[in-house]
Amino acid sequence: MDIQPILASLRKHKIPAALIVLEIALACAVLCNAVFMIGQRIGEINLPNGMDEQGVSDIRVVGTDPKLAADDVPRNLAVLRQIPGVTAAAVINTLPLTNNGWNSNVGTEPEEVMSKGSPNVATYLLTSGGEQALGLRLLRGRFFTSEEFADSKLGDSYVPTAHVTLVTQSLAERLWPGQDALGKQIWIGKEYHFTVVGIVANVLRPNQNGEGLAAFHWSMFLPLSPGPGGFLNDYVVRTAPQDRARVIDAAKQKLAALSPNAVVRGISFTDIRDKFFATTRSMIWMLVLVCVVMLAVTAFGIVGLTSFWVGQRRRQIGIRRAVGATRAHIMQYFQTENFLLSSAGVAAGMMLAFGINLYLMQHYQLDRMPWYYLPVSAIALWLLGQLAVLGPALRAANVPPVVATRDG
Amino acid sequence: MFGYYLDLALRSFKRNRVLTALMVLALGLGIGASITTLTVLKLLSGDPLPQKSARLFTAEIDPLPAQGYVPGQTKPPWGNLMPYTDAMNLLQAHKAERQAAMALTQAKVTPVRAGEHPFFSDAVMTTADFFAMFDAPFEYGGGWSAQNDDDRARVAVIASFLNDKLFGGKDSVGKMIRINDHDYRVVGVLKDWSPQPRFYAVDLGGRSYGNGDAVFLPLKSARADGMDPQNVSCWQTADIQHLETSPCVFVSVWVELKDASDAAAYKTFLANYVQQQISLGRFQRPEVVFADLMKFLALEQVVPDDARLQTNLAFGFLLICIVNTVGLLLAKCLRRSREIGVRRALGATKAAVFAQFMVESGMVGVAGGALGLVFAELGLWGIRHQPAQYAHLAHLDVSMFIATFVIALIASLIAGLLPAWRACVVAPAPQLKSV
Repeated sequence: MDIQPILASLRKHKIPAALIVLEIALACAVLCNAVFMIGQRIGEINLPNGMDEQGVSDIRVVGTDPKLAADDVPRNLAVLRQIPGVTAAAVINTLPLTNNGWNSNVGTEPEEVMSKGSPNVATYLLTSGGEQALGLRLLRGRFFTSEEFADSKLGDSYVPTAHVTLVTQSLAERLWPGQDALGKQIWIGKEYHFTVVGIVANVLRPNQNGEGLAAFHWSMFLPLSPGPGGFLNDYVVRTAPQDRARVIDAAKQKLAALSPNAVVRGISFTDIRDKFFATTRSMIWMLVLVCVVMLAVTAFGIVGLTSFWVGQRRRQIGIRRAVGATRAHIMQYFQTENFLLSSAGVAAGMMLAFGINLYLMQHYQLDRMPWYYLPVSAIALWLLGQLAVLGPALRAANVPPVVATRDG
Repeated sequence: MFGYYLDLALRSFKRNRVLTALMVLALGLGIGASITTLTVLKLLSGDPLPQKSARLFTAEIDPLPAQGYVPGQTKPPWGNLMPYTDAMNLLQAHKAERQAAMALTQAKVTPVRAGEHPFFSDAVMTTADFFAMFDAPFEYGGGWSAQNDDDRARVAVIASFLNDKLFGGKDSVGKMIRINDHDYRVVGVLKDWSPQPRFYAVDLGGRSYGNGDAVFLPLKSARADGMDPQNVSCWQTADIQHLETSPCVFVSVWVELKDASDAAAYKTFLANYVQQQISLGRFQRPEVVFADLMKFLALEQVVPDDARLQTNLAFGFLLICIVNTVGLLLAKCLRRSREIGVRRALGATKAAVFAQFMVESGMVGVAGGALGLVFAELGLWGIRHQPAQYAHLAHLDVSMFIATFVIALIASLIAGLLPAWRACVVAPAPQLKSV
């Protein structure tokens, strides 16, 4: 197809042509960034979590007398373990994605807690059997021994007296890049240090701490035996997925009967996860909606302008048909024209998209957009343009040659 | 002439129904999206206490050790959270008209009626000036006194929704309410009070938007009864049984000042206080932030990024809709070259033709605005069904209602400029020749 005549004709319709190019450029720029944001959020929602998400439920008992915890906790655990279907139960200070943060700044040497660059790490305190109750996946090393649980007390501090810890794979790589983390020491401040005895699959933290997605997997686990203190509120109960609802009901009932003064709530971990990402999910749907509507508006704009200019050129089309152009030639003419305009629009749009991404990176917590979003959006808009031009191009192809002989 | 142009515009719309409908629809969608996100953004970045926010201030100090401190760059790491000791020192100095320290907690409320289960409520542990300083309106009774604070009196102010729940909405002043297994005497019941954003809760571990708190207790009394602050950060080994004397932050201080000169004086006082603590060896970092309410909200970036991103996106979308409208208006007007030629030949000036087309695009704008209003209501309805904290607050107010039409009119007039200009430069003669 010869593009010379198309360019010549476009030169005569500079303004409508420029408008189509502009519209496609804007749509391309917005689409790139919106799709990128959607992709990032989907990545967030699908973050892996190295525990038995389907089997874990959380029974939260709050409002009991913290002084009695040393007796209450073992009693409650014994009751929970008797419920049919419960394969493991333990108490933990907080659970992933509950927004109930419990963080420590840690280092590989004794140092001030807040010194520059010391990573902020989610700290999970588990009672005996907690690894099985959560369904942690051990990658290397071992879990805690019963002596290690028994030796660890909380006392009046936020940090237990334990000397061993399990760390997630991401945290191990962050603290000792390229080295074997087993046997190494983690320090909290100048006083507390823990030997890494095991490395577990990445477990998410209770909340994001503003250090980006990589930090979302920085978690460590410490053993703890129940003692006085108000922090051991979350009873983790593991079951088969189909037993979950029944076990939660039974557990709530039994624990409420044991502590009539307490407030007892039960929730499955899948619900915890859904709740945590609910706003992210609604943002995804909003972005998708805007993209779809925006593409529709752009497509209708192209249809409108092209129809107009098919109408304006009926005579020219008639003449071409009269001197031997086939319907296919006419179709091709408009399709090629649209392809040229789309290409110009997409080229400008990709630059604009890049610029917008730079702006967003400066003003929001957004990463650099990977390059492949640009060609993908470009192809989407090319296709959209071709789809939009199909109707007007067909109408143009149906212009009978006899139009050439008529006036006007 | 205006009436005549309106009539012409209507005729032109009737001739190209589909094209007109497309224009109005696109503009309506763009306007609807923009107004929806703007309404949310306005709600989120609003002034919680417009009548006095300029006179309310909060202080940020930095109790961390010297290690890692870069003068001029390191900001207080925990917002306006500060150690209990410093909060009490600032309060006792009485350098402001009013001053209060506060922390959030979860209060277990046990209903007196048999058979009802205890439940947890959002609670504020604070000091006497809180209510007067923040203009919290009372339905019954009032706040407590500074004496009550010092005496660790078990007194409480409750929100109207808790009063409805526990006492059926009747005047409950003097009645007892069981909080964390201790009896507190109700001294006041608030009217509906939930400033948005919840400025005082921002750094205290509470949500930044949404329902107001249910229970207000004297800080010392609540702490003595073992109620733990929602957000505690420690920079050294801490004794959690004695947070008040531990190297931890968990309270914030707000003060009310008369005017700018008082604010300047208070800032000096605060800086001097920190210097004094440095010379005593308690502090190492002299950095101080003293901000009024709105500046504090800006510093803490209370408005979620997502809301601002959505607004940017919506305006990008509106821009596309405007370009789209320019294109379609232009197509329509070029198709009418002959009509314009006739009008010009019969004596219409360029200005008249220009005005005619601007009226036409203005009408598209008004129609787009009306449709945009429908879309905005639809969008806000959708937002209200979202899981966000602020969701239920998203309603269109009068100013946004007016803004809808102003934006629609401006958008359509901008869109109309180019087509109208093209229309008025049509030369009459060639158009007439071919008729």
